[in-house]
Amino acid sequence: MCGIVGLFLKDPELESGLGALLARMLGTLSDRGPDSAGFAIYGRETSGRMKLTLRASPGYDMTGLMERLSLIAGAELPHEIRDTHVVITAPAEQAAAMRTELARVAGINVVGAGRRMEIFKEVGRPDRVTHRFRLAGMAGTHGIGHTRMATESAVTTDGAHPFTTGPDQCLVHNGSLSNHNAVRRELIRHGLSFRTENDSEVAAGFMTWKMREGASLEETLNASLDKLDGFYTFVVGTETGFGVLRDPIACKPAVMAETDRWVAFGTEYRALVDLPGIESARVWEPEPATPYLWERC
Amino acid sequence: MSTVDLATTPLRELNAALHRLTPDTNETYWRLLNPRGQHSVAAGIDVPITVEIDGHVGYYCAGMNKQANVIVHGNAGQGVAENMISGQVHVKGDASQAAGATGCGGLLVIDGNASARCGISMKGIDIVVKGSVGHLSAFMAQAGNLVVVGDAGEALGDSIYEAHLFVRGKVKSLGADCIEKPLKEHHKAELRKLLDSAGVNGVELGEFRRYGSARRLYHFHIDNVGSY
Repeated sequence: MCGIVGLFLKDPELESGLGALLARMLGTLSDRGPDSAGFAIYGRETSGRMKLTLRASPGYDMTGLMERLSLIAGAELPHEIRDTHVVITAPAEQAAAMRTELARVAGINVVGAGRRMEIFKEVGRPDRVTHRFRLAGMAGTHGIGHTRMATESAVTTDGAHPFTTGPDQCLVHNGSLSNHNAVRRELIRHGLSFRTENDSEVAAGFMTWKMREGASLEETLNASLDKLDGFYTFVVGTETGFGVLRDPIACKPAVMAETDRWVAFGTEYRALVDLPGIESARVWEPEPATPYLWERC
Repeated sequence: MSTVDLATTPLRELNAALHRLTPDTNETYWRLLNPRGQHSVAAGIDVPITVEIDGHVGYYCAGMNKQANVIVHGNAGQGVAENMISGQVHVKGDASQAAGATGCGGLLVIDGNASARCGISMKGIDIVVKGSVGHLSAFMAQAGNLVVVGDAGEALGDSIYEAHLFVRGKVKSLGADCIEKPLKEHHKAELRKLLDSAGVNGVELGEFRRYGSARRLYHFHIDNVGSY
């Protein structure tokens, strides 16, 4: 099963309510994926700064960690702690050094990085997970989310979506891939590393690698059609929008809706029913094997 | 007239009320408000009543329908009118995958498009789609008619048995053992009846092409004995 959602706001007036809308969409899809949940929010950027989202093991000494990182930065780092996650807004030129340092810290994992993207994911019922991260209070231009019913690997936070695919980019997946072990081995030879046995992490790894090689998101999605075997509906969040791709057989359900104020994706129409003006939205099913992209001008 | 607001009435309560109706019921007209994409709305009815639904429905709407006339003023999710036995289901918008799947009888009319696997394993239902249908429509279709006023996607009629397929637009590809067949006068008469019952006007019968089984796949053939 699993459920995925995406919401892209065209009307800036709605931006302060992005999190509340997304939280309701995810809550509705709790019964499609009660094992874990996660979401990526694209909020405001700070010029010259990079956001790093870190996930810590439960009970981790976040304050101590922040002191240590501030020492590297040579100044106090703006950050926001949300449950097991902390989003650090670091000077862009120090972000790489900070990630190198963080890789040495046990119990800490960088789940996402970018100018605008913040990623949060945890094990548990989606409505409880979004509550813990205070999603309903978050603002932004767009966001994507996932509710997981685990099939291919264990129920762990590492196995929760979204998976980051590069700066300001992440993937959520509904379905199951059948050739992920072979593709994982191939990607490891290309120098990528993986944290789990999860199939969706391999899809994210493949996209990361393609784009690192210079492919655009659209080219990457088209390449995924050739490379990845199995069932999938993907939603990929980017700094300026999101993309949708369904496998050629289109086993996994998908609904899209659009009004003058927003574009939304949901595994089921039920997830979209609380969006403002849904009654008059254009509602349709995305075609299989066809990449769809929405970008902010 | 009975009006039920599904924003306040639990779906199970509605369906139980519909299932309790007897053939001599006076409650022959139902209007359902705010379906909000819920699954199995008005599924399993077995009385000659009319149910009009204002809004989009989720999966399996009017599934297993017998006798009733169900009208959806909106889109329908997967498996609308799945395994219908008799009666009529009319979707005013689009239908998702597997519309009319395994249907044994009755008429399913879709004003918009139907996506993949429309009429999969149909067993006697008549389906008229005024728009186009997605890939693998009429897969293993056994009996009944599928009429598509628009186009059909890949692998139409794959492994088809004896259902009749009529498509007015382009067919992306035919599935295994599905071939084009001549549209004879008695087929035209059959098609005319279906178009009339679905309220399709302004199309010429001669614009349609007929497809059906080459009957090479579903009969045992001695040359294939090694495959079993």
